[in-house]
Amino acid sequence: MSAAITYKAGKQPHPREHRLIFRNIDREGFNPSIECFVANGGYEMLKKAVGMERQAIIDEVKKSGLRGRGGAGFPTGVKWGFIPPTNTKPVYLICNADESEPGTFKDRYILHQDPHQLIEGMVIACFAVKATLAYIYVREEFPEAAIILEKALAEARANNFLGKNILGTGYDLDIFVHRGAGAYICGEETGLIESLEGKRPYPRIKPPYFPAALGLYMCPTIVNNVESLCHVKHILEMGGEEYAKLGTPNNTGTRILCVSGDVQKPGYFEVQVGKVTMGEVINDLCGGLKPGRKLKAIIPGGSSAKVLRADEVFKLRDGRELGIMDIPMDFDTMAACGSMAGSGGVIIMDDSRSMTWVINNLNNFYAHESCGQCTPCREGSLWMKKISDRIVAGEASPSDVAELERVANNIEGKTICAFGEACSWPTQSFVKKFREEMIGDTKPDLEQAVVNPETMLAAAGLR
Amino acid sequence: MALEVPAALEAKIDEVITHYPVSKRSAVLPLLHLMQHEYRYITDDAVNWVAAKLGLQPIQVLEVVTFYPGFRQSAPGKFHIRVCRTLSCAMAGSYELMESLCKAADIDRSHVDHHHPIAVSADGKYSIEFAECLASCGFGPVCMVEDDFHESVKPEAAAELLKQYQ
Ligand SMILES: Cc1cc2nc3c(=O)[nH]c(=O)nc-3n(C[C@H](O)[C@H](O)[C@H](O)COP(=O)(O)O)c2cc1C
Ligand code: SF4
Ligand code: FES
Repeated sequence: MSAAITYKAGKQPHPREHRLIFRNIDREGFNPSIECFVANGGYEMLKKAVGMERQAIIDEVKKSGLRGRGGAGFPTGVKWGFIPPTNTKPVYLICNADESEPGTFKDRYILHQDPHQLIEGMVIACFAVKATLAYIYVREEFPEAAIILEKALAEARANNFLGKNILGTGYDLDIFVHRGAGAYICGEETGLIESLEGKRPYPRIKPPYFPAALGLYMCPTIVNNVESLCHVKHILEMGGEEYAKLGTPNNTGTRILCVSGDVQKPGYFEVQVGKVTMGEVINDLCGGLKPGRKLKAIIPGGSSAKVLRADEVFKLRDGRELGIMDIPMDFDTMAACGSMAGSGGVIIMDDSRSMTWVINNLNNFYAHESCGQCTPCREGSLWMKKISDRIVAGEASPSDVAELERVANNIEGKTICAFGEACSWPTQSFVKKFREEMIGDTKPDLEQAVVNPETMLAAAGLR
Repeated sequence: MALEVPAALEAKIDEVITHYPVSKRSAVLPLLHLMQHEYRYITDDAVNWVAAKLGLQPIQVLEVVTFYPGFRQSAPGKFHIRVCRTLSCAMAGSYELMESLCKAADIDRSHVDHHHPIAVSADGKYSIEFAECLASCGFGPVCMVEDDFHESVKPEAAAELLKQYQ
């Protein structure tokens, strides 16, 4: 099969790439039809899976060490094992195709170009966890993907890979496409579930609402990212242990990095986790920085990840000291460097960028996207936007930078869902690492402005 | 005034409801999408119709409409444009793209605010709004015109882009 794969002109994978999930992306002569997929060995792993014990599939996924590619990096096999063993309710599975973390653009290619890879992975996953109904939650801004997926699902049904009595096993499953409506919070798994129930996507509090126990319609529900579900098929193909040899220990397999911002050739690259460094991403995969420019900062795992400054030295627990370019692109090292690998979205900023402007752009995003349920997040995200608006406009006093940080500190850890962290981490890290620059964008004379003493007294009373 | 929903649309709606065998309420979003596709925006009549169809209170539908940026409560232009404003696209020039699209389409965005994000051209042909990250950050600035996706749209190419939509 793999003998004669050629890619479209200008879209050949970089030699450093290791393509499993993206094997068929930008491939010459490949199309989203089931004929093409089956001619390339598609659905063979489903046939294998339905002949296996369900627990054996879950065990292979556990052995593979696969960690979720949606953001949190939680081990997929372990998550599947969280369905209560005594459960008698129906089980559901949802594919999270909301792809809305700024900087992330990978799932879109699978949905548009290789939908059957996802469907095969989903049916295997559903079979393993005994789900009888599943949904693909696709963000509204992928209208074409929704059409392609509907067609692919109909093809899979017509070929008995889906529907009643799949491949003669007596197993019934249906999968439907559900379209979102333009809200980032629908990517958060419990917000997604509320949205799928036809409500405002207000995230649920955990505990008790861990989806694997109390999810869609209060039944056990597995929520996995598109890329995670695609890996399942390859894990069965290779065997969990073989798969785990890809990547590095505890950071196994391949993952798709999405690089945007100030590099010569931004794009998507599937690499073995931890086998390339940040420097190799920038200089090899992306052709380096723009001419004459110096690296200033990197957001390594989607906009919610803490920013890294170009001149930082990261001291790891094992004694290693890493410069920014030496960081291997894996979950654990990125966390040890104080940030996260998150969704794989890497945003590169060179010395032409104002960090005040950058954090203001992100604060606008989070203020717009907070669902509004929790006061710290709803009010705090808006205040972070307003204060950074003021700094960008040159109308802030130097103490506003500390105020910005204070607001962020009062959100983190005090909210229903992880959006609270997602919106406070950028501000906390930008202020911490670029404080001088941000203070430089303020007006010192505002600090000395004469203030009406009565106002001061009134304000003191409010404290 | 009750809404007259064409038979073909209602058939489609009835089919979509079958995708949610556990709870009809789950069909709120897909039904609103079909309504917006048919009528270009969500009218009060459409809210009431969807509520009646799914056995819900109108407020249960309206609260969904008002939450999601993807649902509009006022008429857009013949061609609705969404420009990504989030970081990677902004670095690639999306605010400049917004400006040049507005110029090319003769749209005044001065009255736009959080509650009224959409601006319509004087002739009603185009409407425009900023969107958050459209998941193509490596190829910014990106925009959508109706359901079409456009990548790496240089601000200078705005007028050229609009020519495709007459
Ligand atoms: C604010 C917020 C936004 C999220 N957006 C997405 C998203 O767009 N896509 C996604 O797959 N996961 C997203 N997640 C993570 C999901 O909640 C969930 O962890 C993930 O879908 C689980 O899949 P995985 O285990 O395969 O990674 C988001 C989480 C938060 C807190
Ligand atoms: S943290 Fe923010 S997004 Fe999450 S539930 Fe609270 S208000 Fe909503
Ligand atoms: S920032 Fe514009 S597509 Fe992601």
